[in-house]
Amino acid sequence: MGIAWRRARLLERRSQTATARTLVLTAPDWPGHLPGQHVDVRLTADDGYQAVRSYSLAAPADGDRIELGVQAVDGGEVSPYLTDGLPVGAEVEVRGPLGNWFVWRAEQTEPALLVAGGSGVVPLTAMVRAHRAARSRGPLHLLYSVRSPEDVWYRDHLADGDPLLDVRIMYTRQAPPGSVRPPGRITTADLDEATARLKPASPVYVCGPTGFVEAVDNLLIDRGRDPVTIRTERFG
Amino acid sequence: MTSFSPGFQGRGRRLTDRLPPGQYPTESFPVLSAGPTPRVPTETWSFTVTTELGATHSWTWDEMMALPQQETTHDIHCVTRWSKFDTQWRGVPLDAFLEDVETAADYAVVSSYGGYTTNLPLEDLLDGKAWIVHTYDGYPLSPEHGGPARLLVPHLYFWKSAKWVRGLTLTHEDEPGFWESAGYHNYGDPWREQRNWGD
Repeated sequence: MGIAWRRARLLERRSQTATARTLVLTAPDWPGHLPGQHVDVRLTADDGYQAVRSYSLAAPADGDRIELGVQAVDGGEVSPYLTDGLPVGAEVEVRGPLGNWFVWRAEQTEPALLVAGGSGVVPLTAMVRAHRAARSRGPLHLLYSVRSPEDVWYRDHLADGDPLLDVRIMYTRQAPPGSVRPPGRITTADLDEATARLKPASPVYVCGPTGFVEAVDNLLIDRGRDPVTIRTERFG
Repeated sequence: MTSFSPGFQGRGRRLTDRLPPGQYPTESFPVLSAGPTPRVPTETWSFTVTTELGATHSWTWDEMMALPQQETTHDIHCVTRWSKFDTQWRGVPLDAFLEDVETAADYAVVSSYGGYTTNLPLEDLLDGKAWIVHTYDGYPLSPEHGGPARLLVPHLYFWKSAKWVRGLTLTHEDEPGFWESAGYHNYGDPWREQRNWGD
């Protein structure tokens, strides 16, 4: 028996940025998932035509409730429908959970580093939220690279006083007034501060556009990080 | 009449004869890798076939480039649902590496620089069905797409086309590789939509 398609009803849609949305769905008999996993979403037109795309889960397992992070792609076939077209209360089909590699488990107690570029923050936010819910002993450090303050997703989940969670947002084009760090791409200095708290075998999770992931991986490896400790998820 | 996704139009209805079920066409070339891109200089690159009895046959970069080369054009299909039509490659068919290898094995485990592995029946690598490729679209294959050389097995989902390929081990028993151990289908035929365990 393969992984079945199941119905999922849109409960709520929340704006994260001008073009990004959180979709909260209920999927009866959802089997649960691990932070970092994704699902396939299938849309069906009136004539029976179907289209499928993958979206990361933004929240840890919570019964039948799942949260997807969707960035509208200009001219995209599926994402603009999900961000702005699908009515609340209507159904799509989902299949999952998928991806058994780019995952964080609550049993992990060593420090971990998460590095997000843009919408790559979605699966890493599921890890942050699971870490908080599990009161995990290992500290978690999130470095999050975005263009400008308007592009930050999940402000409410990423900013609170958890002493075991350190979130640093790095702005590439425009930083908020009073920022010490000048706007720019992620640098060795940004990573050195974060990796100083890791052990040699601590996991690093890097998620974002291909160019971002390649750049971060190269900086880490140039500074002596063992490539086998780095797990990646690349978008396009 | 469906009850799902009211108002969804979609626009991919042409191309259906070339598009396996559940796929969509893309013009770009997405990158999917479980970890960092390994750095593999051609000066130290080698490709090694190890038989079920432990005999090895190796080729350096220059020896591989001295073998007869083929230009080959294929549609490729990634399990993450994109397909890309008419991709153009240059490389050496696996038949050239295996023609002098004595083996009674039925399976192969492909291994890569960086530690990745994938498994497939040996017959899926023979008779012009698979290549070691080093050139894509007329240019040297870039590192994030598997350069300096990757396996190309276009009739299976693209995770079987191991990037940064360094060798084949021939085996009597089928031994699941990296993704095959982590939930992906053992064989991966896109036309039968063999994505995950049990599909």
